[in-house]
Amino acid sequence: MIAARSHRRPDFNAAFGGTVVAMLLFAALFGPGLVHYDPLALDLMARLQGPSATHLLGADEFGRDLLSRVVHGARVSVTISVLTVCLAMAIGIVLGTVAGYAGGWIDRLAMLLNDSLLAFPGLLLALGIMAVFGASVGAIIIALGLAYVPAVVRVMRASVMSLREREFVEASRVIGNREITTMLRHVLPNCIAPLTVLATTMFGWVILSETALSFLGLGVPPPAPSWGNMLAAARPHIVQAPYLIIVPGLCVSLTLLGINMLGDALRDWLDPKMQAS
Amino acid sequence: MIRFVAGRVLWAIPTIFVVSIAVFSMMRMIPGDPAAVMLGDLATPDQVAAMRDQMGMDAPIIVQYVRWIEQIVAGDFGRSILTNDPVLPLMLERFSVSASIVVLAVLFATLIAVPAGMLAAWRQGSFVDIGTVGLATLLLSIPSFWLGLMILLVFGLYLKWFPVIGYVSFATDPWRAATFLVMPVLTLTLVEIGVIIRMARASAIEVARLEYITHARAKGLSEAAVMWRHAFKNAFAPTWTLLGLILGGLLGGIAVTETVFTLPGLGRLLVDAIYARDYPIVQGCILLISAIYVLVNLIVDLCYPFFDPRIAR
Repeated sequence: MIAARSHRRPDFNAAFGGTVVAMLLFAALFGPGLVHYDPLALDLMARLQGPSATHLLGADEFGRDLLSRVVHGARVSVTISVLTVCLAMAIGIVLGTVAGYAGGWIDRLAMLLNDSLLAFPGLLLALGIMAVFGASVGAIIIALGLAYVPAVVRVMRASVMSLREREFVEASRVIGNREITTMLRHVLPNCIAPLTVLATTMFGWVILSETALSFLGLGVPPPAPSWGNMLAAARPHIVQAPYLIIVPGLCVSLTLLGINMLGDALRDWLDPKMQAS
Repeated sequence: MIRFVAGRVLWAIPTIFVVSIAVFSMMRMIPGDPAAVMLGDLATPDQVAAMRDQMGMDAPIIVQYVRWIEQIVAGDFGRSILTNDPVLPLMLERFSVSASIVVLAVLFATLIAVPAGMLAAWRQGSFVDIGTVGLATLLLSIPSFWLGLMILLVFGLYLKWFPVIGYVSFATDPWRAATFLVMPVLTLTLVEIGVIIRMARASAIEVARLEYITHARAKGLSEAAVMWRHAFKNAFAPTWTLLGLILGGLLGGIAVTETVFTLPGLGRLLVDAIYARDYPIVQGCILLISAIYVLVNLIVDLCYPFFDPRIAR
């Protein structure tokens, strides 16, 4: 693995990935203010019109401006992903810390449950939860957030276990700090590196899963734009208007490529022990 | 060895147990009377009462769970709300479509990606390596449904090489059935190649640094003999584990590919059932897919000592 990294040019990964992610965040934050069209405004005259001066990327089957919808879609995807990652992190960090710290039967029981949940394919678990709650943005966040908790628990527990017997943690106890203070001041800050790597990777997983759920009609409900439901809506018009498929798909792929490359670079810098797979 | 097998099999039992509890409680979490939910909107009060009776709704929840498990073990997954067909035969029929796509895709992806990853590792740092890793990262980033739509657009609609819509079972016309499977299998193969290349390459590099490989080279063995006889088996072990996860993951997400290519598979059955609120089918599909996932990973783990005998000790 060490040899594998020496030539992997993390600088290029970081530069490319960082640029793409910065562009994505920019589009999500400011994009909707910069585009002229309302992403929901119908214009039947422009129906399935290709790219032109008025509609830079063309218009969809209801004449809605594709550029505007793609940009608003970025905001939807980023919002959902950030909230989902925060939810999974919050639950996972607490559970992982408790399991790693407590050890003994609490740890064993927690890990048994955790591994069983890991035994569910993520998207299937999300589908099950969507079946119960119905398609809505809140349900996606809960479904995907819960689906990715076990991965956080694993990483967090491993970090805590490797840290809790170290000298500086021991020292904090010896000088009379309470366990909770030791935890917050000395153990948690040292878990930030692996958690950052995991959060970046998860951000990509969640965007992919959200797009897949929306593509299946079980994610962001129309007419709100999301890259996934745009692809699903464009599928019947694939022959007349292939750009309706190409543009949102390129957005997802470029986003995921950027996040994956940034994740690789972060892993190389922050967490040399973690396996690149 | 026996301890290893027994331990691994015993580990799978709590997993299945937790999965079954999750699916069971899922149905109880839907707002409303579970019996009415299981029967759909058109049920009469009498039918609901009969269903309540059949589900044993008056018994304690643990008793209900045990009865439900007994029925599942006996192969009774209930009946579809919409068509009143028994769920199990329906699922098995649809499963054959999904399974053929997934198994073929994983097989092809492995045959291409493992040699490619090992070649990249062997020529580490060369253009071959950088190109292979770059391609793998690119393939990893393209969502399967978009890749599928592009393949459909190019090979199905512009070049017209393969039929775009419909499906014929292998039993009716094997040749035509195969033509329907080419594009979905190609899609999933390409998607999985990326993951497998990266794993195969990383493990091969790790193994290549070990002393016994240097020793084998020092003995004067040819590079090919070193790679094949000494490096391959050890380097393949982590990839083998990954294959199990991929197989299950693909099955969990198969609905997406089946939607792109309008194939009547298990994933499509599940998604359509979610739309139609046909809960017995939803329940059955999730249970079946997770059980297969656990089973596949169990088999994968049991084969692991073949690649790395130290594990079984």
